[in-house]
Amino acid sequence: MFFLVIKRILLGLITLFIVSLITFAGVEVLPGDACTTYLERQAFGQALEACYDRLGLNVPAYERYISWAWGVLQWDFGYSLSGEMKINEVLGPKVKNSLVLASASILIGIPIALLLGIITALWRDRLPDIIISTVTIFSMTIPEFISATLLILIVAIWLEWLPGIVIVPTEASISELLPNIILPVIAISMIMTAHMARMVRSSVIQVMASDYVQMAILKGVPYWKMVFRHVLPNALLPAINVVALTIAWLLGGVVVTEVVFNYPGLGRLVIESISNRDLPVVQALAIILASIYVGINLIADLATLMLNPRLKSLQIKK
Amino acid sequence: MKTTVQKINNLTIGFQSQKGEQISILKNISTSINQGETVGIVGESGSGKSTLALAMMGYVKHGLFTISGECIFHSNNLLEMKNKELENIRGRKIAMIPQNAGQSLTPNLKIGYQIDEALKLHTDLKQTERDEKISELLNKVRLPSPETMAQRYPHELSGGQQQRVAVAMALAGSPEILLLDEPTTGLDVTTQAHVLELLNLIAKDSGTSMVYVSHDLGAIAQVSDRVIVMYSGEIVLDGPVRSILKNPIHPYTFGLLKSIPKLSLPGLPNSMSGSQPQPGSIKKGCSFYERCEFADDDCKVNSPSLEFIKDLNTSVRCFKHNELLNLTKIESQNVKSIENKVLKNEILDLSSVSISYAKQKFLDQLLNKINDTNPTVKDINININKGETLALVGESGSGKSTILKSIAGLLKTKDGNIKFEKDKTLSNDLRQRDPSLLRAIQLIFQNPDESLNPNHTVEEIVSQPLRLYFGLKGKELKDKIIEVLDKVRLGEFYLTRYPRQLSGGEKQRVAVARAFAAKPDIILCDEVTSALDVSVQAAVLNLLQELKEDFGTTYIFVSHDLAVVRAISDRVAVLYQGRLCEIGPSNNVYKFPSHPYTEVLLGAVLEPDPDIKPKLVAEDIVEEKPPENGCSFQGRCPRILGDICKNEVPPWQTSENGNSIRCHIKIEDLKNQQTSN
Repeated sequence: MFFLVIKRILLGLITLFIVSLITFAGVEVLPGDACTTYLERQAFGQALEACYDRLGLNVPAYERYISWAWGVLQWDFGYSLSGEMKINEVLGPKVKNSLVLASASILIGIPIALLLGIITALWRDRLPDIIISTVTIFSMTIPEFISATLLILIVAIWLEWLPGIVIVPTEASISELLPNIILPVIAISMIMTAHMARMVRSSVIQVMASDYVQMAILKGVPYWKMVFRHVLPNALLPAINVVALTIAWLLGGVVVTEVVFNYPGLGRLVIESISNRDLPVVQALAIILASIYVGINLIADLATLMLNPRLKSLQIKK
Repeated sequence: MKTTVQKINNLTIGFQSQKGEQISILKNISTSINQGETVGIVGESGSGKSTLALAMMGYVKHGLFTISGECIFHSNNLLEMKNKELENIRGRKIAMIPQNAGQSLTPNLKIGYQIDEALKLHTDLKQTERDEKISELLNKVRLPSPETMAQRYPHELSGGQQQRVAVAMALAGSPEILLLDEPTTGLDVTTQAHVLELLNLIAKDSGTSMVYVSHDLGAIAQVSDRVIVMYSGEIVLDGPVRSILKNPIHPYTFGLLKSIPKLSLPGLPNSMSGSQPQPGSIKKGCSFYERCEFADDDCKVNSPSLEFIKDLNTSVRCFKHNELLNLTKIESQNVKSIENKVLKNEILDLSSVSISYAKQKFLDQLLNKINDTNPTVKDINININKGETLALVGESGSGKSTILKSIAGLLKTKDGNIKFEKDKTLSNDLRQRDPSLLRAIQLIFQNPDESLNPNHTVEEIVSQPLRLYFGLKGKELKDKIIEVLDKVRLGEFYLTRYPRQLSGGEKQRVAVARAFAAKPDIILCDEVTSALDVSVQAAVLNLLQELKEDFGTTYIFVSHDLAVVRAISDRVAVLYQGRLCEIGPSNNVYKFPSHPYTEVLLGAVLEPDPDIKPKLVAEDIVEEKPPENGCSFQGRCPRILGDICKNEVPPWQTSENGNSIRCHIKIEDLKNQQTSN
């Protein structure tokens, strides 16, 4: 068991290493470099040389990769081009803001998704299922930039209940942020919740049709006891991985939603730095997002391992 | 007069078809279960036997509904009761032992918890009393060390152990009726015999009524007092077990009994033509009309009703039962004895073949070698002559399918050679085998549902080998396909059918056709009849034998069913834990002296005759790995000598019958011991 955990963690680290290589190489092969982009029409002669010197671009690529990677390990991503300030100082508060937004969406989305999934499965093909399923399929198909815009139109403009866009500084504290994130959270969690609810539904239905559930019924186990002891533990286990994938996928949703709501998080930074061709920042963001992705999947894998008696004993035997 | 515990009156259960018609799966079933009685319900898949058993618990599967009738238990109709009330009956008054215990135990809950749950629901015992009761129950079903067993998860037990746990769970509520739905179907022969013995004991001890549902007349014969035969949702025969099995006065039962291969009667059994009609397809007349040898025009138009024959104490649904009564001397049944033209030239030679499933280490993988001192299959030496049928028998885990896969090139051998036609060595690597060698060896799998591509029509399936090996195209190809299908008795109209539109027997015929289309020299048959209904099994066996006579093909036939093996093979090799125990002409392997393992297997065979009881000579322990040293069967051998069996690999000895036995016991001693008891 212990070795398996170590193995999974090592695999995660290898994945991240490869991701960092690819991002670095990707930036490297793009035509032009940070200095030509930054200096634009002045990109010749002494100015260019000076810029290369300052950014250290005149040393071989592998050396630059090593020093960059070494920096990343110490939470140092070098300097951004536009602001000429340290990237980690720019990133810090934005990462925090995005995490607040994502966690709020997850904390609200997952319980609702589980509840809806279980309800639709247990009342399969009856009124509760039909209503909820219709709504979830509907909200699954609308992309978040449309649902976000509609939310702004209805809640902020027509009803005037909540502000339409977020106007807090990047450094705002969590308590300042919270009232502003209600609409973005709804927009983000809509698709995610619908997705997960569908997964949970089909998983529960599958388990309900299994021989052991029929056996539990024939044993005389009361309905709700059967649901909680025999159905849910077996139905939710495979759902853990799906939840992890959905959360990872949510990162993309966060990017779009942040832009729509003008939220000072990572998402907006991604868009801004790409349009400014601020390559060091793009590089830093890529590695951060990849780490989150790998991390969430790792947690999900380990959780499945811990909770599944079958896998657990299998590993002990080895 | 015994008291009736459950009574079923005019029960009809069915479903709504897409056209809105009501289609019945059970038609007008009326019967009753007496106290302390064991009733066997027998029928092939789709006959409605499981639906009937579930209805006896007031359970109707999703999609089905009760059209009419009632299931009376203690003057209540179970089919009209609310779930709350049923919870007090299920498990307490009527308990179920399911078909596949492995899938019927909840995977995330420990064995002990699952039994405790039943106890908590159906008894008033306190925690400590319940813990004792759990141990007591596990002891009763003869599971070793109950305390540690209770702490295990279902997947940590073997199939036989899981089935025993299911029995223990059903007994927890001390029910009045035990329903058993094919409780031994997935188990090995020896395990099956042991579980049946256990059930017999329990029935005798507790006076519980049992309803035993199975397709296996052998198992039914061993446990039942009374037998109900179902066909196409109807009861066609209902009476005492001896009367049903010795005087089968319904043509279906008559044909069914004739189609079962028996140990006592070597040779191919008669086959029954056709298959059971789809529900709803019969509008009038007898539902068995299509397949009946005795039918006349009356049977086509009028449906017979269940008629009570006083002399036999049996109810029968047939107009012709008198005719059958005179005919039923099964002993005089004519079996076709097989005579294969076995040529003296060797077609396949396995010399010291070992196969390992051990995971290769990275370095070994690079060096392309397998390091395993105790491989799954070891030291197999068999040569097969042209035109011969060699059978490999053994329980699950005996390595019989593994050997087949290696011959086919699907698994690499660790050591040893496989030679084809004396001089052509079959390469370990499938890609290095010559196309003509690939063509020469074809494989037929156990389950045609999985071996036929569901998205291909029969035409496409059969055309594959013809195009691949002979490069046929266009009209030539089509003619050849039709010719091959004709050989397996499938008409031209099957060409456009998909596997899902075929019955089990038809699917296996397509698989046979695909194998023969390649004009192979050797066909490897991997449990080809295990997934089929008994009535279809005989037809497929007969077909294989006829094709063999036409083409002179060599068969290697893998099966766990000793009666089937006896019917079709010339020579039998008995395997235990991947090591050969005995090999010889099939007539002689079934005679003593035998290897102790063969003796155990033969003793566990269930014949469809209540007067032939199985002999249980060894425990049905499951061994995970073959022993490192000595005889492979040392762990279970009832005749073990001592240290010599544990330390030395036994020598081959040849008996006067010509079969070779690998055992430390002297042949004469073996014979004396085995014939004396």
